Amino acid sequence: MSNTVKLKKGLDIRLIGEAEKVASEFILPTSISIKPGDFHGMTPKLTVKEGQEVKAGDVLFFNKHQTSVKCCSTISGTVTKIIRGEKRRILEVQVTSNGTQEFKTFNTVDPVSATSEEVKNALLEAGLWMFIKERPIDLVANPDHEPKAIFVSAFDSSPLAPDYDFVLHGDENNFQTGLNALKKLTAGNVYLTLNADSPSDSVFTNAKGVEINSISGRHPGGNVGTQIHHISPMNKGEYVWTVNAQDVAVIGRFLNTGKFDTTKLIALTGSEANHRKYYKMVVGASLSSLLKGNIVGDNVRIISGNVLTGDKIEADGVLGFYHNQITIIPEGNQYKFFLKDGWMGPGFDKFSNSRLFPTWMFPKKKFRLDTNTNGEERAFVVTGELDKVFPFDILPMQLVKAAITQDIDGMENLGIYEVIPEDFALCEYVCTTKINIQSEIREGLDLIQQECM
Amino acid sequence: MKFLENYLHKMEPHFVKGGKWEKWNPLFETMATFAYTPKLVTQKGAHIRDGVDLKRTMMTVIFALIPCLIFGIYNTGHWSMVASAGDRDLAYWAEMGPKFLIGLQSVLPIVVVSYAVGLGIEFLFGMLRGHSLHEGFLVSGMLIPLTMPADCPLWMIGVSTAFAVIIGKEIFGGTGMNILNVALTARAFAFFAYPTSMSGDKVWMAGVENTKVDGFTGSTALGDLASFMSDKPVFSDLNAFTESYSFMDAFMGMIPGSIGETSTLMCLIGAAILILTGVGSLKVIVSFFTGGLVMGLLLNAIGGNAFLDLPAYYHLVLGGFAFGAVFMATDPVTAAQTETGKIYYGLFGGILAILIRVLNPAYPEGVMLAILFMNVMAPIIDHYVVQGNIKRRLNRLKAA
Repeated sequence: MSNTVKLKKGLDIRLIGEAEKVASEFILPTSISIKPGDFHGMTPKLTVKEGQEVKAGDVLFFNKHQTSVKCCSTISGTVTKIIRGEKRRILEVQVTSNGTQEFKTFNTVDPVSATSEEVKNALLEAGLWMFIKERPIDLVANPDHEPKAIFVSAFDSSPLAPDYDFVLHGDENNFQTGLNALKKLTAGNVYLTLNADSPSDSVFTNAKGVEINSISGRHPGGNVGTQIHHISPMNKGEYVWTVNAQDVAVIGRFLNTGKFDTTKLIALTGSEANHRKYYKMVVGASLSSLLKGNIVGDNVRIISGNVLTGDKIEADGVLGFYHNQITIIPEGNQYKFFLKDGWMGPGFDKFSNSRLFPTWMFPKKKFRLDTNTNGEERAFVVTGELDKVFPFDILPMQLVKAAITQDIDGMENLGIYEVIPEDFALCEYVCTTKINIQSEIREGLDLIQQECM
Repeated sequence: MKFLENYLHKMEPHFVKGGKWEKWNPLFETMATFAYTPKLVTQKGAHIRDGVDLKRTMMTVIFALIPCLIFGIYNTGHWSMVASAGDRDLAYWAEMGPKFLIGLQSVLPIVVVSYAVGLGIEFLFGMLRGHSLHEGFLVSGMLIPLTMPADCPLWMIGVSTAFAVIIGKEIFGGTGMNILNVALTARAFAFFAYPTSMSGDKVWMAGVENTKVDGFTGSTALGDLASFMSDKPVFSDLNAFTESYSFMDAFMGMIPGSIGETSTLMCLIGAAILILTGVGSLKVIVSFFTGGLVMGLLLNAIGGNAFLDLPAYYHLVLGGFAFGAVFMATDPVTAAQTETGKIYYGLFGGILAILIRVLNPAYPEGVMLAILFMNVMAPIIDHYVVQGNIKRRLNRLKAA
């Protein structure tokens, strides 16, 4: 069975700086860092000490509340630094490479013949479980939960996103093994959702044992949240797991080879990046050598991830655990004279979903946007603008207001269980008020988790 | 423009916390952020943000109001001349320069008083709360003069504005928090507190009370129409009325009335700007007009006297109907906030406006009261729309 979902709402933010479809050779980083902060709600318990030797696949820390969920080193080398923040909270575990890539050996598992318990244990043991995310609340999946479905999106529609058709081309074997493994983790279906607006690579179209649907329209069509809502919506008390397509291949590679090899193709994008192409690297890799010489100008923001949901990093930062791209855009920390490039200017350089700027007349033009908020924070005045970019049968402004006012009943009624912060990224972008909607939703979800789960 | 930026940089330390003029920071910040979009950058969440902000949104509404304002000034000048000559048949498009100047003499002070009083109070509250001016009053300050009669004393404008800003808005928390439309609150206050200065046939033309001509009245179309409902109608029958106030005159706005409301054409130009930019809700405007038309047709169907028989389309161009539909009903803060709700909100607003206008003997015009009533009802409309959404989700849960 295959359905095509047509989205009417949404917005493609057209930015300058797509990555050229050329892949580099594998770059072994000088060091990697795993940041427990990437796993929301996790309390890490370290299993290594500074100075200890590790191989790729050796456990660095596990979740104190779910001891079976472990996070492993993605390279071999020495644990050089454990960076702590306030109240000795662990911010980063840094491993410096020993120059070669040695893997801890695990048994290979054939997910087709193995039991679901065996598959689950294999993934938990080698730290691959971290790639499986759970909705509601947006956490690393709880292995004790029974997901009603697992969703994988075959494309990323966010601004300057990497092209999965290119990235996974030729990786059929690993991708299929990964899907087979996911199939063992749920009693329900594994859903793979393709982009209906462009032909997908055979790695996706030939996928077996999964329900393939397609979705057409603008961003956030590629977000799993949108796909879940339109294909198999979630209700209170249900769990849905999601895995990024590249991570499915990583899982498959592990099961096929017995190696915790997190090599992925990462797109370097953004108007302020040089040599924009795909770089082959491991999760958590230090980006300092890659970024050196590839940044235009010195007043830039480097983002691990995309411009809507990514994390701000420094020039010596690392690739986030769930990120598949790096974006570099100009910082907007300049005053802008109101009639020239400020709030009342002609605005030919401003991309807007409203028609208050003339740029809506240029539907093909791409923009070089900076990080300026383009205005100060205000109360909600304008109505209806969030609805235009939010393709859910959920009232976005009402839900955001319920989250801000910590109205638990309101959030439950209005559909908080179906959304995670990234679903609101576009709302946050278009909102006249400049309120940080994603963090409001995050706090709302935390409250729900605390009080209702 | 570099010197201005440098100057602002230089002055900034005096106004931040600990500076010698710390208390005046809201005033400084308002000026500075007016001249320059501040250098704030995104800290959390999406790293880029839409170009739109509340300043540009509000300024667009002011642009949309300019046709009404300019025409209103000219119209005020014309009727002021009519009043002093005591002759209603004065050529409309003659002596344009003097008329505009006369109009300006009446209108400009009202605009100045409205802004001065309103912004003064807003700054005061801003300083008490420690935030810069929120842009809402930029629009309200222009709407208030346009809804007032040209002959309204300035102190009355000032008192009404103060009432609307304090009681109508600031006690609820300021821009974005009010329940009633601020400009209409000002007008309603003046209407009920000083009825003799807000209705009747002495107020619509500047200087009409000094006219030397016996028997000349400064009555308006709606006042004359309302008289059909009484024992002493001004006109003998409907035909006499439509000869005196032709549809085209009313559409163009060449009739006496509140300063900015008379011209339906100018309101439609404003509506085009609002709809094209997406600032005003197409749903509200269209459904408001539809509601008015439906009610007008219903009254035609009942019939019985000349007012009830007035063709329904006539209602849409008389009084403040178009102005209310385009600029008042669309106020996003006080209108229904859900997309479905906006349709019902506009529809009932239009229906009520004509219902009050025709059937309530106390008020010749019903648009203001209809919109204020719908402002109060908007949360209820939204409530049902939201409940509908919730119910859909619950049904899915039951089906699963």
